[in-house]
Amino acid sequence: MPLLPSAVLLAVFLAGPIGYCVYYAFTNMQLTGSATTDFVGFDNFTRAFGDPDFLNAVWLTLVFVVGSAIIGQNTLGLALAVMMEKASKPVKAITNAVVIAAWVLPEVVAGYLMYAFFFQQGSLNAILDSLHLPQQNWLYTLPILAACLANVWRGTAFSMMVYSAALNDVPQELIEAAEMDGAGPWQRLWRVTLPVIRRSIMTNLMLVTLQTLSVFGLIYAMTRGGPGNKSQTLPIFMYQQAFQNSLIGYGTAIALVLLLVGALFSTVYIRLLKLEED
Amino acid sequence: MRTRLLAAVSVTAALAITATACGGSSSGSGSSSKTIKVVYQQQLNNSNKVQANFLAPMVKQFEKDNPGTKVQLVPVTASSNDYYTKLQLMMRSPSTAPDLVYEDTATINSDIASGYLKPLDDYIAKWSDWSQFADASKAAVKSGTDGKTYGVPDNTDTRGIWYNKKIFAKAGIAVPWQPKTWADVLAAAKKIKAADPSITPFNIYTGTAGGEQSTMQGFEMLLYGTKAGGNSLYDSDQKKWVVGSQGFKDALEFIRTVYSEKLGPPVEQALGANIGAAVGTEMIPAGKLAMDIDGSWMPNNWIRNGSKPWAEWESTMATAAMPTQNGQAPGRVSMSGGWAWSVPAKAGNPDLAFKFIEFLETKEASAKWNAENATIAVRKDVATDPAYLKALPTNKFFTELVADTHYRPALPAYTQVSTAIQKAMESVTTGQASVDKAASTYDNDVKTAVGADNTVKGS
Repeated sequence: MPLLPSAVLLAVFLAGPIGYCVYYAFTNMQLTGSATTDFVGFDNFTRAFGDPDFLNAVWLTLVFVVGSAIIGQNTLGLALAVMMEKASKPVKAITNAVVIAAWVLPEVVAGYLMYAFFFQQGSLNAILDSLHLPQQNWLYTLPILAACLANVWRGTAFSMMVYSAALNDVPQELIEAAEMDGAGPWQRLWRVTLPVIRRSIMTNLMLVTLQTLSVFGLIYAMTRGGPGNKSQTLPIFMYQQAFQNSLIGYGTAIALVLLLVGALFSTVYIRLLKLEED
Repeated sequence: MRTRLLAAVSVTAALAITATACGGSSSGSGSSSKTIKVVYQQQLNNSNKVQANFLAPMVKQFEKDNPGTKVQLVPVTASSNDYYTKLQLMMRSPSTAPDLVYEDTATINSDIASGYLKPLDDYIAKWSDWSQFADASKAAVKSGTDGKTYGVPDNTDTRGIWYNKKIFAKAGIAVPWQPKTWADVLAAAKKIKAADPSITPFNIYTGTAGGEQSTMQGFEMLLYGTKAGGNSLYDSDQKKWVVGSQGFKDALEFIRTVYSEKLGPPVEQALGANIGAAVGTEMIPAGKLAMDIDGSWMPNNWIRNGSKPWAEWESTMATAAMPTQNGQAPGRVSMSGGWAWSVPAKAGNPDLAFKFIEFLETKEASAKWNAENATIAVRKDVATDPAYLKALPTNKFFTELVADTHYRPALPAYTQVSTAIQKAMESVTTGQASVDKAASTYDNDVKTAVGADNTVKGS
């Protein structure tokens, strides 16, 4: 019974808009230029899959998710958590503060900070210059790499916290036993710690993947998807189609594809978790 | 755990909805019959308050002349693309529709087709001043389909080349300067670059971040100067959009040349959203830019109450007409647009809104506005007014360009075609695509936007 209000809220505010979204995706609705809205079946989807810009956006989204979430945030978060276990109190406190500061910043603020960091006269190039290393025009030559690094910087705290909690649950006796058997630190990590926390790994992977799939403000503030379409991930592409080209129907269809990609990732992770349990 | 998550999500959702609802009602139309909401664009360059400064005393006077009425100004701070989007979203619903909106004539036809605007024929029939408006500017606010009028234009503009006489003299180019062909323009740019590498020789807007500025001041100033002239973008005889033309490729090639030979601003700056403000308020006044294809409104930046007061502009800057590609007749080319006041279809108080338009567009008010905003007059009595012509030393030059100017195709699909042009420009500017590749991408984009049977192969 106490669930009822939440369920009603969810139905109205979450399921409702998604239902509308599904409907719009099958229409040619426009923000301007056309007064009527017709049902066009799968036209928007066939158009998307024949559109090189859309395929480019799908590819960049995958690069972004795999690079910054699955490899970047996840691995770095785990590494930080493992190192923090052994660290002294002050080091722990400082690392925590820095990493979590990046996490609590609003996405757009983080985007502007990262813009200031990466742009041509920005702090990164100033640092490179003082080290006598060649400067790079990060946002222009390799915008997707800059966006990945920014997302790693911003999102690693989350993984670190998940893993810190998980590592606390690894029974100390197991580690000690492995140590007695002569396992080195790498072997202990690989053969004892990781298998024990594997469920947290899956959960974390799923959460960071979903968070990263929907990143918009960060990239928009840094590059607006440019130059050209070199950092145009699906959320940016969707925004541009819907609000710059006024093609609401087409934009919504892309949103739906994004939703499906997210669902696909989640299903894979959940299945992997299930296999574990069986 | 699960319940808590659900609760958290629903609370967040509820908060978000409440927030939007509040936003909605606060920008809703004036419900009282004596109040109107007037929406206009406050440019991102925050120091440019020309329109705000013009409107504020007008509102005061109007409220004084019409006791009990209230005019609420709602500036929307945004880039032009975002401004159009915001306007369209507001006009969609009766609860958010303003009573009066400031519309770019480039988007007015799309908004007419969407049913966002109210025909004003009944009002202008009773308005004697309407006969003073130039026919070309009336055509820009008239629907192509039903022939009704949907706005009252308050200015137009023309475009040409602004150049710095001092830099030209130093580079050994005789002034006054008037190029005859595109090649002349590039030759001058190369000469300036050779004379002083620290100066940017030439600016032509490009890329998606600049929006319509890239399409109109940049690309169309070239395209309409190619062989097909006024029919190079849209063939008005066959009523079809032109694809696959050599003129389109030539114009792209010009852009590619400028940026690949580093005759323009650094590419990453040229493709930034801020380039317009940088050109007008930094590069030109600092004497760092020799030539710029831009509009008649440029002195806006430099006049006493502009964003970068610069008294020496009159002795430093000169204007030249943009030549056609190979100097073919009529020898020069310009593009015109302009803005108009329109009443949304869902406005709560259209009568008072139109009354306010009449008040904003009397001869005296128009003359003041065109002079302050450095725009070209649309009222015939203002255009011939010596006070207006002398308000800026460049007014005469830009008013005369009207004879050879072009208007953009007044069609709903124009916005999408314009985006496709910006994309093509951006890909050759960055070197991401060759001219041929970019042109064929453009052709496909246009065919997708308007349907292949609404296109025709150009020459």
